Amino acid sequence: MRTEIKIGGFGGQGVILSGYIIGRAASIYDNKYATMIQSFGPEARGSACSAQVIVDPNEIAYPYIVQPQILIVMSQEAYTKFSTELAPGGILITEEELVNPINLRKDVIHYSIPATRFAEELGKRLVVNIVMIGFMTAVTELIDPEAMQKAVIASVPKGTEDLNLKAFNKGYDYGLKLKKEKAS
Amino acid sequence: MKSDPKAVLTGAHFLDGDHACSEGAIAAGCRFVAGYPITPSTEVVERIAERFPLIGGVFIQMEDEIASSIAIQGAVWAGKKAMTVTSGPGFSLMMEHIGLAAMTETPCVFVDVQRAGPSTGLPTQPAQGDMMQARWGSHGDYGIIAISPNSPQECFDLTIKAFNLSEQYRVPVLLMMDECVGHMTERVIIPPAEEIEIFPRRFYDGPKDEYLPFKPDEDLVPKIVKAGDGYRIHITGLTHDEKGYPVMTAAAQEKLIPRLVNKIKFNAEKIIEYKEDNIDDADVVIVSYGITSRVAIPAIEQARKEGIKVGHLRLIVVWPFPEKRITQLAGRVKSFVVPELNQGQIFYEVERNAYGKAPVYLVPHAGGTVHNPKDIYNTILKSLKGK
Repeated sequence: MRTEIKIGGFGGQGVILSGYIIGRAASIYDNKYATMIQSFGPEARGSACSAQVIVDPNEIAYPYIVQPQILIVMSQEAYTKFSTELAPGGILITEEELVNPINLRKDVIHYSIPATRFAEELGKRLVVNIVMIGFMTAVTELIDPEAMQKAVIASVPKGTEDLNLKAFNKGYDYGLKLKKEKAS
Repeated sequence: MKSDPKAVLTGAHFLDGDHACSEGAIAAGCRFVAGYPITPSTEVVERIAERFPLIGGVFIQMEDEIASSIAIQGAVWAGKKAMTVTSGPGFSLMMEHIGLAAMTETPCVFVDVQRAGPSTGLPTQPAQGDMMQARWGSHGDYGIIAISPNSPQECFDLTIKAFNLSEQYRVPVLLMMDECVGHMTERVIIPPAEEIEIFPRRFYDGPKDEYLPFKPDEDLVPKIVKAGDGYRIHITGLTHDEKGYPVMTAAAQEKLIPRLVNKIKFNAEKIIEYKEDNIDDADVVIVSYGITSRVAIPAIEQARKEGIKVGHLRLIVVWPFPEKRITQLAGRVKSFVVPELNQGQIFYEVERNAYGKAPVYLVPHAGGTVHNPKDIYNTILKSLKGK
């Protein structure tokens, strides 16, 4: 099935890289197809920016997302701007300390993670996006976690692989834990 | 001839169309790029600028597109394979030198990552508004080849094809991308260098004193030499004889210009490439190219689900146009539907070649995004009702 993912945040949070890693994991390491489109223009230079990724076991024809089933937001602005776009029954993932989910929709499944704090605990705030996509991998089960790890290693600067893997696993483990709690 | 293994990034990559185009050029043996960066084509030259120093290529950021499109031709006559990269406003500025490349039979590649125009238009959003400009943009008569990729993988593959065709027919080849394909990131498989077929430059190797730089072979394409290798050559945009010298007569014009047109026309069947799906039983045929060929698929699938027999003819090489195929289909289908990100360009070409035997319906779009597949679907229905 075609799954549409939208990631929103502000410039500098690694929104585009997150989309890139998800697409790369799916299409290179997980035997699926992926198409990524990044929002481009003045909005990508500081304020709200977003990446769109489509993941599909079959070839992807239409290249843009229509109604995402997964929405990851890392800023209040992105939450306000994009949360109405999420498909009913979709998964909403928010950064706990940056997003106050006001008027939270009742028809979506909501997960949140203090990813920025986790990243700071690991020593580098920069890896916040990797914590987020680790978390997403656990709660959505869309892409094989090993494929995601391979894509993280292949996509981050040399010498930072260990830190990024730790960040990924931190988010992933937290996601598994939350998911278990939700199920019980 | 095969590609250079030292330069080819063999493997599975997650690349955008612009970067894939750069890698395609490198795999094709391009080692000279001159450009004046312009959105949405900038990423092509960014990657070239990064990669070329590692593989012995030369990239020059020129003062403008006019300079870029002539610098590449100097590089070609010095023996390099060369391309320039631009978008709408720059493409307009390059028109004169597309004509020069056609007239001097300089093999080179022009990449146009189309954005919505006219003028500066929408710099960061797609369109397919330069398709007729690609065919007719320079003054006078000449033949041209234009290719339209619909994915990053094809941006890689078809850039190689563009270089190969330019060498084979000694024409400028235009790679007509669009912003959506250029900025879309997908898996791109780069094969091992030994699997990448490269068409070698058609160098002359006969006696030096017998060389005539514009004396055509049987397929109407002359042999080339490298300036500085001791051959007598003269290259001019003026009408010239086989020696390359200007001859200001109607007779010289008559000998040269039809050949420039016919070397593409007579070889068209070898150059033309398109892909057909579900054509055999089709009542309606969608004719599309570039990103629109993907956007049309959901519309076609929906219609077929409802029992409407829709086929798809997707142009990969747009110029020369598959005239015969359209005429053939027009004899037996009920209608053609042509969606394109413009107000009607290739539509007229389909209509012309249908000779009134089947109606042709345009699905126009001003650009800025892609079609809503529903609009294509609705036009399929409309075309069957004969409205």
